[in-house]
Parts: sequence; C-alpha cells; structure tokens
Amino acid sequence: MSKVLIKGNDATVLGALLAGCEAYFGYPITPASEIAHAAAKFFSLLGRTFIQAESEVGAINMVYGAASAGQRVMTASSGPGISLKQEGVSYCAGSELPCVIVDIVRGGPGLGNIGPEQGDYNQIVKGGGHGNYKVIVLSPNSSQEMCNLTMLAFELADKYRIPVYVLTDGVIGQMMEPVEIQTPVKDVPDKKWALKGTPETAPNLITSIYMDHEDLEQHILKLDRKYKEIEEKEVRYEEYKLEDAEIVLIGYAVISRILRTVVDEARKDGLKVGLLRPITLWPFPCVKIGELSEKVKSFLVVEMSTGQMVNDVKLSVNGKKPVHLYYRVGGMVPSTEEIIKKLDEIK
Amino acid sequence: MAQKLLVKKPESFWDIYERKPGEDKQSTHYCPGCGHGNVHKLIAEALDDFGVTEKAILINPVGCSVFAYYYFRCGNVQVAHGRAPAVGTALSRCNPDSLVICYQGDGDLAAIGTNELIHAANRGENMTIFFVNNAIYGMTGGQMAPTTLIGQKTMTTPYGRNSQNEGYPIKVCELLASLEAPVYLERVALTDAKHMAKARQAIRKAINNQINKKGFSLVELLSPCPTGWGVEPPDAHKWIEENMFPYFKLGVYRDVADQREPIVRAKRIMDPKEVIEKLSLDKIGLESGGITSVPIDKYANPSLKIAGFGGQGVLLLGEVLAKAAMIKGYEVSWLPSYGPEMRGGTANCSVIIQKEKIGSPMATNPKVLIAMNRPSLEKFQNDVLPGGIIIYNTSLIDIEPSRKDVEIVSIKATGIADELGNVRVANMVALGTYIGYTGLLGREEVLKALSDSISRKNLISLNEEAIIRGMECAGKRV
Ligand SMILES: Cc1ncc(C[n+]2csc(CCOP(=O)(O)OP(=O)(O)O)c2C)c(N)n1
Ligand code: SF4
Ligand SMILES: [Mg+2]
Repeated sequence: MSKVLIKGNDATVLGALLAGCEAYFGYPITPASEIAHAAAKFFSLLGRTFIQAESEVGAINMVYGAASAGQRVMTASSGPGISLKQEGVSYCAGSELPCVIVDIVRGGPGLGNIGPEQGDYNQIVKGGGHGNYKVIVLSPNSSQEMCNLTMLAFELADKYRIPVYVLTDGVIGQMMEPVEIQTPVKDVPDKKWALKGTPETAPNLITSIYMDHEDLEQHILKLDRKYKEIEEKEVRYEEYKLEDAEIVLIGYAVISRILRTVVDEARKDGLKVGLLRPITLWPFPCVKIGELSEKVKSFLVVEMSTGQMVNDVKLSVNGKKPVHLYYRVGGMVPSTEEIIKKLDEIK
Repeated sequence: MAQKLLVKKPESFWDIYERKPGEDKQSTHYCPGCGHGNVHKLIAEALDDFGVTEKAILINPVGCSVFAYYYFRCGNVQVAHGRAPAVGTALSRCNPDSLVICYQGDGDLAAIGTNELIHAANRGENMTIFFVNNAIYGMTGGQMAPTTLIGQKTMTTPYGRNSQNEGYPIKVCELLASLEAPVYLERVALTDAKHMAKARQAIRKAINNQINKKGFSLVELLSPCPTGWGVEPPDAHKWIEENMFPYFKLGVYRDVADQREPIVRAKRIMDPKEVIEKLSLDKIGLESGGITSVPIDKYANPSLKIAGFGGQGVLLLGEVLAKAAMIKGYEVSWLPSYGPEMRGGTANCSVIIQKEKIGSPMATNPKVLIAMNRPSLEKFQNDVLPGGIIIYNTSLIDIEPSRKDVEIVSIKATGIADELGNVRVANMVALGTYIGYTGLLGREEVLKALSDSISRKNLISLNEEAIIRGMECAGKRV
C-alpha cells in the first residue's frame, strides 16, 4: 500500500484537488495557513484559481461568486476569520450555493490564541450568520479523513446545494499522518442553474432576496424540507466498543482520538466504557444517542470548549440519563489521565 | 415590433418584467427622475450593440438597484452589501469569457464595500464597475453616503454634513487613480444631452475594455436621486450641476487600455489522468509494508517527545522517524508544537508509533524523550513513563537526568555532527542513536524516509552518515 505522510491541513487540499475543486480563496491565519500554502502551490500548478483575498469577507464572497459560476470552490480559516465569513455563509445558504469551508479551530474569544480549541461549535453548527439556515458540518479526526471528508464535503454540497463545513481543531490540522491517496473524482455534476456567461445560463438568477413575505416563507420552507432530508439521510458517526458500554464517551476531532485511548485504558480497569464520535456535527446523531440513552447508565461529553456540543447531547438524551461534561480550553488539550479521573468520579 | 420601436426598449431588457412583483410589469420600480433607470438603459443598449447580452453576468448590489435583475435579460446574481467586486472577481476568474458587470451605489461601493473595491481594482480584475453616485443612501430612506456633500442635509446629517464629524466626500475615481492596475476610470454625469452622450460613450468603453480582456474599468456616474435630496425631479439636474460638479470633477482619470496586454488565464487541468500526472500522485507515495521484525517488548509501540531549540531540526527528526515507521508498516502520528514558541524558543513534537490504530496523538507522558538541549531535558524529563528511555545530547546538556527509573542514553550528538562537518545534523545522530538502541527500525527504511523528507538532495549523504554514526554509537553509549 502506498501512502504519504502529511499534515491534516495539506490533506484537505489534496482532497479538494481530487474532488475537482476549481478555485480556492482565503486569507492566512494560524493554525490554518498551511491550507493556503498548499492551495497556492497546487491549485496554480493545475491552472485552477487561487487568490489570497483581502480579508475573509472578500474570500467568502469570492466563494459565493465561484459557486454562482457552478464550480467547486473552497475557503479555509480559523475562528476570527470564520466570524468574518458568517455574513457570506448566510448568503450562500440563502442562495443555495454549494461550497466548502474549512475551520481549523483555535482559541477564542477575540484574538484568543493559536492553540487548538473547539469553541467554534456553536457559531458553525448553530448557524452563526443571520436567518433560518443550516449547514452540513463534517468533523475529521485524522489526516486521512481530512482528505476523504473534504471530498465528501464537495459531494454533499453539490447534492443538496448547501454550504458544507469541515470543522476540526488545531491538532488535527497540524498533525501528520499517513494518507492513502484517493482516485480523482471523474464526474463533477454540471449545474444548469449556474451563471456561465452562456446563452443557456443567461436566464438564470441567483438570489436570496424575496421581497414578498409569502414568497420568502415558501423559500424558507423549501430549505427546511431539504434540511429534514439531510437529517434523515446524512447522519454519520463512529462507534467504538459501545456494545456493552455503561458509560458512553462523546467527543469529536482530536478529543475523539483521546477518548479512544481512554476507552482502552478504562476497560483495563474493568470500566465498561464506549465511544460515540459524531462525524457529522450537523446533522447530529440525535437518534443514535437517544437509543443509547435507553440502555446505558450515563454519558460523558469531553470538549475543548466550556460546553457547546454537550447541549446537543442533552437534547438527544432528553433527560433520560445523566450527561456529564469535562473540558479544557485556551489551547489546553485534556489528557487521558484527566479524563479517566473524571470517569472515576462519575462511574 | 412597431410598438417596440416606439418605446425603444433595448433587447437586453426583458419585454415584460415578469420578475417584478405586482400588477405593473412594464415600468421600473424607480422613483420619477431617478438616475438608475437611465444607467440601466445605457448599459442595456451597449450590451445590445456589442452583442454580448448572453455573455453578461450582472451583479446586483444592495441599494435601490437591488432589483436590476427585474429588467436585464442576462445572467444575474444578487450579492451582499458592498461585496460585488469580490463576487465579480470569482465570476470573472471562473468564466474568463463572460462579461462581468458590477453595478453599485455609493453606500455599497464607497462605504461598506471599499475593501472589496480597492483590492479588485488593484488586482486588475477583468471586470467593469458602474458606480452610481447619488450622494445619498436612496434605498434606506436618505441617510448620509460617503459621497454626501459638505453641508448636505440627510436623515443622519440633519444639520448638514460637517467635515469635523463626518469627514469629506470620497472621490472614488481619484482614489482608484492612485493604483497601478486599473485601465480605465472616468466620471460622467447624467444631466443634459451632452453629458448623457459622454456617459453613453464611457459605458461602452468600459464594456469594450472587458471584452478585450484589458482588465479593470470603472465609470462613476453622478446620478439624480430627487427623492433622497428632497427636490422635484425637474430640478435634479440643476442640483447635480450646482452641488456635485464643483466637488466631483468630471473627466477621465485613467485610460490606458491600449497600452495593456490582454489578461490570459491558465487552462484548468481537471482530467483525472492529467491531475495524477501533474501532481505526481502516482509517484509521491511510499510503500508501507507488513511489519517483518519487531523490537523487544519494552521498546515496542513507543510514544516519543522530541525536543530542542528552534533550528536543531527536532521536527524533521520526528518526521523522518514517523515516515520510516510508516514504511515499515506501523501506524504513526506526528504532532508539532506550533506557534510563537517555535520562533527562537524551544520546539518539540510528539511521535506515536504502534501496530494498532492510534488514539491520542499527544505524547503527554512519553515512553521516550529525546532532549537536544538542557531546557528540553528539564522541561520534559519528569513526564517520561517509568521504564522509559531518556536520550540526551551531552554536547549541549551539562547536567545529568535526575530520573533513576528510566534508561538513560547519552550521546554527544552535536559533537559528532561537528566532526562530520555540520552541527545541524545532530538531530540525525540522535535519531540513529534511538533506532540503534531500540532496534525498532532498520537502516533501510530510515534512509528511505530520510531521502523522501529532505528536499536538498546534496545534503542527503551527510544526514545518512549522521544516522549511521548515531546507530553505531548507540551500542557504545558515547
Ligand atoms: C450589511 C448591511 N447593512 C445595511 C444594509 C441596509 N442598506 C440597504 S441599501 C443601503 C444603502 C444603499 O445606498 P447606496 O449604495 O448609495 O444605493 P442607492 O440606494 O443610493 O442606489 C443600506 C445601508 C444592508 N442591506 N446590509
Ligand atoms: S430613492 Fe433615489 S435612488 Fe432610489 S429609486 Fe428613488 S430616486 Fe432612485
Ligand atoms: Mg446612493
């Protein structure tokens, strides 16, 4: 088997190129800058578009433009830049423009620091921009998934005409792991609704404005039906030793990696612990967690935020079992020992 | 047909404005005397004459002209307030043969959208901007615009614009004329027939420049907003002449399209086979085989912390190690400390090597510490698991590790590197020491990993020598 040892950030660019992404627009920020570096190098090599935008606002609006042109397009940033992009993401959602946005989360609020964190969960999974909209959020936890889930992100974006986030933390972005190179996507869908400056596309209109109240209500309801379909079809998660688990650990991105080690360690001490890792943060695996809450004793959510995803877990558990939370923030990553100690407290 | 001639509606407009809500599908939504309708007409006529309607993509701004798409029979996209030049940038790059027109008001272009404007202009994007300067925010009910004149009363300058509070009106053409890239900048006015003729010419020129791929053109049109100014439509032209002409001087601020080469965009490589070839995807991978030999148990499945000062190459040491283990068939991960501490200070990385899928990539309590300088030894030695290994660089560390419950391996890494001719290969001496001592990996995969990791091929043999010396020394405990 042939593999390359690359950073998660580089793997996401590889995935984008393989998925037929034609344009990259971004503004540098640690810990996501390697994405811009790799994009500058490889998009240009393939004659595809790379622009270092004047700001994240500029970048996301370029994404809006390229998506309007019917091309696969991406941008990447970290917390402060994602905050700036939110206006544009709302417009993309409203105009039903497919695009891929990568967020390599760092410490916040404000300038925070460049350490790994997961404090962007709410601003991404819960919308962040104005209006009634949702975005698909995929959360890789390895370099291989940075590549594969980026490819999937493009596919889902086109399938549902929706912005898709690849959300992970600084650790996954900066870590190098072996990646098996996938085959490039052959058939990128042709988008009849796009603007290509051709006679066929001249009648097309891309917009998010519906002045008539009834029209806007209909538009929002249409989006909502699409979101329902996504909730039904696109939930993804990974289970680890859940069969006989009494305590379910839940975490995403680097935390899910640490929790895997915790499961193995805790089981050596006879604790029946398992792991549920949401791969899609929206749609969230509510149904699966709801089912688990019928048979397990309790849940422990571990985050690198003061408790954001835990609210989705609580909604899914719906009061049936205790949901505990352990977290570190500010760039601190919880150690397996800390989490095992917490497990001992709650078992 | 006869009727069409009567109203002289350009072909680039829809015959009936189906997109416009309400009963009246014939007239525009603009106020009587508004300049927007005139600008639309001039643009539509130019599109007709150049025969480029179907190539055109009109970017609808936020402002009174947000509904320009009611009228134009070309591709239309509605965008966020002020962002048209960014959206247009991408549309132009993605469709190099289309005609990208940004239509923007003064609030849209010269207030909220200045950043996007200036940078699109500065990149010399092949696009055309029609900038409708009516010195007011029309759509939102007559607030101050960046182009509102000194003394002009608006809803948000009820006592008149005061330079001490609001600064001076922005002169967009003059501002952009300080940039190198734009090929054409002109300010015209929608007043009497003479000025209208100039406006028509300017609009054509700006479109023609783009057809010829000459880059960025902007036409600023001083345009009436009788509603916003609180004047009767017939008096609006006089208002422009009296109030705007003295400050916003009409004229050409740049016209160099003739001197510029057409912009050429690269051809995209999308075919999977070509992509693989161009990126050498079939060549960059390393074969990762089944693990054939394993070290004794206590050295198996290590987690390592590798630390030193920036410039000692500890990250590369970790990378070569991880890559070699990958070639051997192990699961591996490599995680650097990243950020400001790398600049000048200490650097470290965690490397995990194991047969099973890797959980945590952090070596918080490593089995192995490779310390290249004293602060690294002091900082990390107490984290090492009992029974683990500390390898330390005695050339730079003048203390002994305090741990008694781990195996201590000393190596004069920097000294040996110096003997080899370059202190910078001390990292590879340490790497050789580690694999020689534990037998985790063989020489072959390490040297293969090395040559894959080092881009300057003339340095490979020196690094190889360093690794081999380290391996030899491992037994002798230098
Ligand atoms: C982000 C944002 N802020 C504010 C507005 C409200 N708004 C709509 S149009 C407009 C001003 C438009 O003025 P101008 O660009 O001069 O266009 P005009 O109507 O004068 O043609 C404003 C502030 C908005 N739609 N979006
Ligand atoms: S408010 Fe002014 S700019 Fe808007 S339509 Fe009326 S006259 Fe035209
Ligand atoms: Mg205005």
